This record gives sequence, structure tokens and C-alpha cells, in this order.
Amino acid sequence: MRFLPLVAANLLRKKARTLLTAASFAVALFLFCLLVTIRAAFNQGIDAAGADRIFVTNRTSLIQPLPLAYRDQILKLPGVEAVTYANWFGGVYQDPKNFFPQFAIDKDTYRDMYREFRIDDAAWREFLSDRTAAIAGAALAERFGWKVGDRVPIQGTIFTGEWNFHLVGIYEGSKPTDDLTQFWFRSDYLLENLPEGYPDGLIGWYAVRIAPDADLVEVCKRIDERFANSAWETRAQSEKALAASFVKQMGNIETLMLAVGAVVVFTLLLVTGNTMAGAVRERTAELAVLKAIGYGDRFVLGLVLAESLGIALLGGVAGTAFAKAFTLGGDPTGGLLPVFYLPDGGAVAALFLALGVGFAAGLAPALQAARLDVATALRRL
Amino acid sequence: MARVGSTARSEALICLRGVAKGYRRGSEDLHVLTDVNLDVERGEFVALMGPSGSGKSTLLNLIGGLDVPTAGTIRVAGDAITALSRARLTAWRARHVGFVFQMYNLIPVLSAFRNVELPLLLLPLSKADRRERVATALRVVGLADRLDHKPRELSGGQQQRVAIARAIVADPTFLLCDEPTGDLDRHSADEILEMLHHLVAEFGKTVLMVTHDPRAAARAQVTFHLDKGELS
Ligand SMILES: Nc1ncnc2c1ncn2[C@@H]1O[C@H](COP(=O)(O)OP(=O)(O)OP(=O)(O)O)[C@@H](O)[C@H]1O
Ligand SMILES: [Mg+2]
Repeated sequence: MRFLPLVAANLLRKKARTLLTAASFAVALFLFCLLVTIRAAFNQGIDAAGADRIFVTNRTSLIQPLPLAYRDQILKLPGVEAVTYANWFGGVYQDPKNFFPQFAIDKDTYRDMYREFRIDDAAWREFLSDRTAAIAGAALAERFGWKVGDRVPIQGTIFTGEWNFHLVGIYEGSKPTDDLTQFWFRSDYLLENLPEGYPDGLIGWYAVRIAPDADLVEVCKRIDERFANSAWETRAQSEKALAASFVKQMGNIETLMLAVGAVVVFTLLLVTGNTMAGAVRERTAELAVLKAIGYGDRFVLGLVLAESLGIALLGGVAGTAFAKAFTLGGDPTGGLLPVFYLPDGGAVAALFLALGVGFAAGLAPALQAARLDVATALRRL
Repeated sequence: MARVGSTARSEALICLRGVAKGYRRGSEDLHVLTDVNLDVERGEFVALMGPSGSGKSTLLNLIGGLDVPTAGTIRVAGDAITALSRARLTAWRARHVGFVFQMYNLIPVLSAFRNVELPLLLLPLSKADRRERVATALRVVGLADRLDHKPRELSGGQQQRVAIARAIVADPTFLLCDEPTGDLDRHSADEILEMLHHLVAEFGKTVLMVTHDPRAAARAQVTFHLDKGELS
């Protein structure tokens, strides 16, 4: 502690250099935090997925429908506790750029299935009583400035025509990974107003909750076996597996991000290492004097390392703080990353990364300073 | 009284016996010091003269524990410092030696106060104790009013006085000064010499000073000459 003024004075010796090096840290750590955030955004589906939920889709493809009649048959299978279903609507609000997912949901079972979403009871009662009712996620409502009571017109693309919805409620999440950009309306409203020639009695997918003591894999197998060799075969998989398969499709992006991150860290190592090497070189005389008056090799080692770590911490904290502030602003892509936040673990990892780089970069110059021979160094003056 | 050439047992504060120092330069062996025997008593002011390259700094560095001799023993206050490890030698320097160099060698980013405080940070002293000791040391060198000045805000003579304050602040056993006035004008040099003299006369300090200046050497009680590796 008593040596702090010395470390501080050294840091302030060349303010521009300290600042620039710290700024490199800030930029790199900002980038790192963004990568962590994007990665978290990609993985949010996995984190948000219910561990006890099964997602049942058409075996041929996710976008093929399933008969509504399956609902009761699934419900009868052992290990199944609840079933709900939904349809992908795929409509456009004002402009195709304004993408957000719209689900036609079963009003009687959907809320119970997705308990992580919080909707107040009054809003839900209105949802049940109004056929054109819709509920929007908090982030979505904020994005378009919607308020409860608003009319929301959506242009159908799969289900053609203009659909008018009455916003009756806004849902919140219970954890940061919950997707607050969805738009729900009533499935019965959709099914009763299908455009001309559109097949009836079909839904997009089922969500199944298993009983607490049931085995998820077993239940999946049971569902798929139940509908095997029918005209509409199913693929039942855990919600997590489904989300993971989505992420896998983007898998190379993660590798790319890791590669970019590695390059950034490496560059940072060089920049900081160079700064510290320069600092030690130009201070040879001073370090020799410190040693002459009784400061040990280990102290000198610590002094140089402390300086390097100081720069790293300065820049690391700044970069992480900027990143945090930036992510608090929400998804910057306008809908592609519905859940956009910097996890606490990511921020902590960023700071440790900064300190690690600071340590690694300072080690060689610090060792050089520690090994410095006083008599030789004084002679060079 | 300080003397050279004696090989007898001695109780002197600083006692060198058969000290030699050589360097290898390529294939050549360079014998800087061959067989130095020196005794310096407590409270003496000793000057060391000699042509450039004669090994004065080398000798001073050996006595100050900054370097180790090729042969011979150096005893200070009874301790054979030639037997100490590098780390122990460092700790020994902190306790026993005050250095004053030609180029002042202050830390440019630290104030006069913090520069003088440096040796004290290694001792188990409270902040208040340190403050008091630094103030005293700076008062002794007549710079009590320059506490917060950075080295570049001080003249050469003042910087050297700060360096002397730093050398005496931890109350070392002896002071080693390598051409302390070499970079100063006549007037400042006289001030520094007066100060060293004062430290010896008033505070009973032991001072070993290397100098090229006969006038400076005249302030010392004894002057030795180093030439061709031998002390006389
Ligand atoms: N580390 C070293 N390696 C090789 N030679 C050295 C080394 N240190 C000192 N010498 C040589 O030892 C000799 C004595 O050097 P030293 O610095 O002790 O002389 P000096 O009497 O202090 O000279 P000056 O009056 O110029 O300061 C010189 O010839 C020098 O080149
Ligand atoms: Mg010299």
C-alpha cells in the first residue's frame, strides 16, 4: 500500500502512453464483451428453454404443420402432463424490416406451459374474452411504442390479408434470457379466419410438458412412435436440443468470434508488452538506484507488474463498463438478437482476461527489471 | 586513523583484505583492483582519488555491496559482506549504506519528499514517523521548504542535496559518494562538501568519497590514491 504512490507516479509519467495503452485494453475488452453478449444472444434459446418441455414438429420440416387432432392423443401418453400448440404467423408490421415472431397460441393452455413469462391476470382475462386480442413482449412493445389498448395491424404473408389485433397486455420475463420480443394472439381467431383454400385443422407445433418423474427421452420416443407411419409423422425433441440445433447452424460464427477474440488478445499482448518493455528500458537507471538503496529484485518485479496490471485494470474496467452501458440499450440489430445483454459472468471474465493479459505482457519486462545488475546498470549512466 | 596496506586483524568499521576485482573482456582479463587492503574508522571522512579508469567506482561499489570482488574479503561493522547472497546483500545495503551518485539519480516523477522517503518505505515505520524523518533529513540539507518540488524544479546542487537527504534519512552506517560534486559548479560543489563535512563533524557519520577535484579531497581527513589497481 505504501508503494502505491510510486506505482501511480510511474503510470502518470507518460500520461499519453498510459492512456493509449489503457485505451487499447478498453477497445479490446469492449469488443470481447460484445462477443460474449452476441454469443449469449445466440445461446439464449438454450438457456431459456424449459428443461421439462418437449417441442413436437413435423418430421419432414419445422415449417410443415401437424394436425390439431394430435393434441388429445399426445395428452393421453404416459409421462405427459400438459400440451399446448401454436402457429407461426410470419406477418409484416408496417415494413418487412420490422421483423418479430408472431405466434397464434392456444388461449387455454399456452400461459400455463410458459410460466416463465409474466402477464397480469386482468390482461389475461381480457385475452380470453376478446377474439382479436394480442399480447406483446415488453421489449417488442417498447420498440414500437405500443401501449395496452392499441390496435396493431399486421399484414399476413402465409395467411394473407390484413389482420387487426387489439393489444390487451404486455408480458415480462423472469430471467434475462427470456425472449421479450414475441407477439401472441389467439389461435382460434386464426383458425376461424383462414384465407380461402387454406387447409383447416392444422397447427404449427406442439409444446409438451412432461411429468416431474418422467424421462424426457422416453416421452419423446413415445410421441414419435405414436405417430409413426402416419401421414403426419412427428419429431419430438427437448426444447434445449432444438435451441442447440439452431445455434449449431450458426456454429461457425462462434468459432469466428473466438478467432477474432484471440487475435485481439494477442495484439493487446504485443502492444502492452511493448509499452512495458519501453518503460523498463528508459527507467534502467532509476530501477538500479532503487536496487542500490535496498529494494530487492522481487520488489522491482512487482513494481513493473503492478504498473502493467494497473493499465490493464484501467482499460479493462472502462471497456467493460462501456460494453455494459451499450448492451443496456438493447438489441442494436433491430430484432435479430431478441435477447441482448452482457451476462455478469461475461463481465467478470472480461476483467480477468484484462488482468491476465496485463500480467502476461508485463512479465518479461518485469523479469528483465528484476535481473538487472546494479553495478552494470549504474555504469551505463 | 584510516590506512591502507595493512594486513593485520582490524576492528575498523570498514575493512578490506586482499580485495581484487577483474573483468573478462573477450579473451582478455582486465585486473582493475589487484590487492587492496583498506581500513576506515567510524566517523572518518575519506577521499579517494585517481585517474579515470583506475577503478575508484569499482572499489566503491564493492564496499557498498553493489558488486562482489573476485577475491578477498570486505567486512563492515564486523559483517563479512563478501559472504552474503544477492538478496541478503540488498537488505544489508538498505540498513548500512547511503549512496550519493554524480548524477543525483533521483526518481524524476517523485517529489523531493517522496524521493527522500524511499529508503524509509523498507523499514517498519508509521507514516507519521516517516514524515518526521524525511522532514529532518531535508532540514539538515537545507531544503525544508522544497518538499513538494519535483527534481526538475530544482537546481543541480539542490538535487544533489535531496540525494544526500535520501542517503542519510535511514541513518546508515556509512555514506558512499561517487564524485558527488562532479557535475556541479564551484559554488554548489562547495555547499555539498560543506554538508558532507558537517555530517561527519556534527553527526559522526562515516563518509567515503571519490573525487577528481583536489579541493574537494582537501575537505576530507585522509586522501588515498588509486592507480594501476593499487591503493596508496
Ligand atoms: N562491468 C564491467 N565490464 C568490463 N569492464 C569494466 C566493468 N566495470 C568497470 N570496468 C572497467 O574497469 C575499469 C575501472 O572502472 P571504474 O569505473 O571503476 O573507474 P573509475 O576510476 O571510477 O573511473 P572514472 O574516474 O572515469 O569514473 C575501467 O577500465 C572500466 O572499463
Ligand atoms: Mg567512476
